Amino acid sequence: MSIDNYLYLSAILFTIGAVGVVVRRNAIVVFMCVELMLNAANLTLVTFSRITGTLDGQVIAFFTMVVAACEVVVGLAIIVTIYRSRRSASIDDASLLKR
Amino acid sequence: MQPLLTIQGPEAALFWFLAPLSVAAALGMLLVKKAVHSALLLAWVMITLAIFYIAQDAAFLGVVQVIVYTGAVMMLFLFILMLVGVDSSDSLTETITGLRPIAITAAVGLGGLLVSLLGRATLGREPVGLSAANASGNVEGLAALLFSTYVFPFEVVSALLITAALGAMVLAHHQRTNPRPSQREQAINRFRSGSLAGAAGLPGPGVFARHNAVDVPALLPDGTPAPSSISATLKARGDVLDSGQFQLDNVDTTVVEEK
Repeated sequence: MSIDNYLYLSAILFTIGAVGVVVRRNAIVVFMCVELMLNAANLTLVTFSRITGTLDGQVIAFFTMVVAACEVVVGLAIIVTIYRSRRSASIDDASLLKR
Repeated sequence: MQPLLTIQGPEAALFWFLAPLSVAAALGMLLVKKAVHSALLLAWVMITLAIFYIAQDAAFLGVVQVIVYTGAVMMLFLFILMLVGVDSSDSLTETITGLRPIAITAAVGLGGLLVSLLGRATLGREPVGLSAANASGNVEGLAALLFSTYVFPFEVVSALLITAALGAMVLAHHQRTNPRPSQREQAINRFRSGSLAGAAGLPGPGVFARHNAVDVPALLPDGTPAPSSISATLKARGDVLDSGQFQLDNVDTTVVEEK
């Protein structure tokens, strides 16, 4: 097996996450799809770290995880705030600027 | 000449066993109706990724993946899901016409582009493997990098974590603009609201009914069911039994002695 297969898997997972962001309407599910994309990118970093034989890729993947954790905290707080004011977690309902 | 990386049989078997499962779970995330099921499928994808990390000589990241993602982040997601509850946004009906075909076409395009790019790209050298870099242990190697080359990004990231925690607290903080009504004011409002039906407080589900389950409406003193006694979340999920069948007329009133 070639090590490229990990990269292909990562590309597929990233694509699925991107479709989820576009297609799903529940803000939390959209957010989970963003997490899936971040995880796919992490798999790429870990695989490249193995290809190049240095640990820098793993350090960057580690930083990605920390930033993703921050993003989850703030993002979920935003979702809860929107839910409080509009009583809905649907991304279609947060359309105040449209009208 | 560094040793070339060869992926042995067990790792290939692991990959071909887990990769289809993780792709299937990721696809399921898009297709299932309920957000909770999406969250569980995402947790599974993250666990398979953790196994891949460990298989790729990134033991530290694999463990961190399990602790941070499947442990903390997914728990936070489920917590918020339970807080926000379920509503119509869970449904899969498309609100923008033609969005789904366009999205699928674009996804096939993006995936095809990425895969063909990976297929054509060459690094100019053979994959090396991490056995040399991990010679004194994966955690030690990462720590040596983290606290020398990457010490400034490390500190910046710690500042980011504190900022994010503060930001979440500011966002989630809810300031009352008018004082909370006291118990006395609530009681007065109940009696002056027109109907006396709910003056003594609304009944809980299952009161006087045949079952005391939470999806069974309470029966009012005149034998009619009270739909307001059931949680709105259960109604939104469609898990409520028909309240008409709990009318007192239909109830079998013969007493059966149980031993």
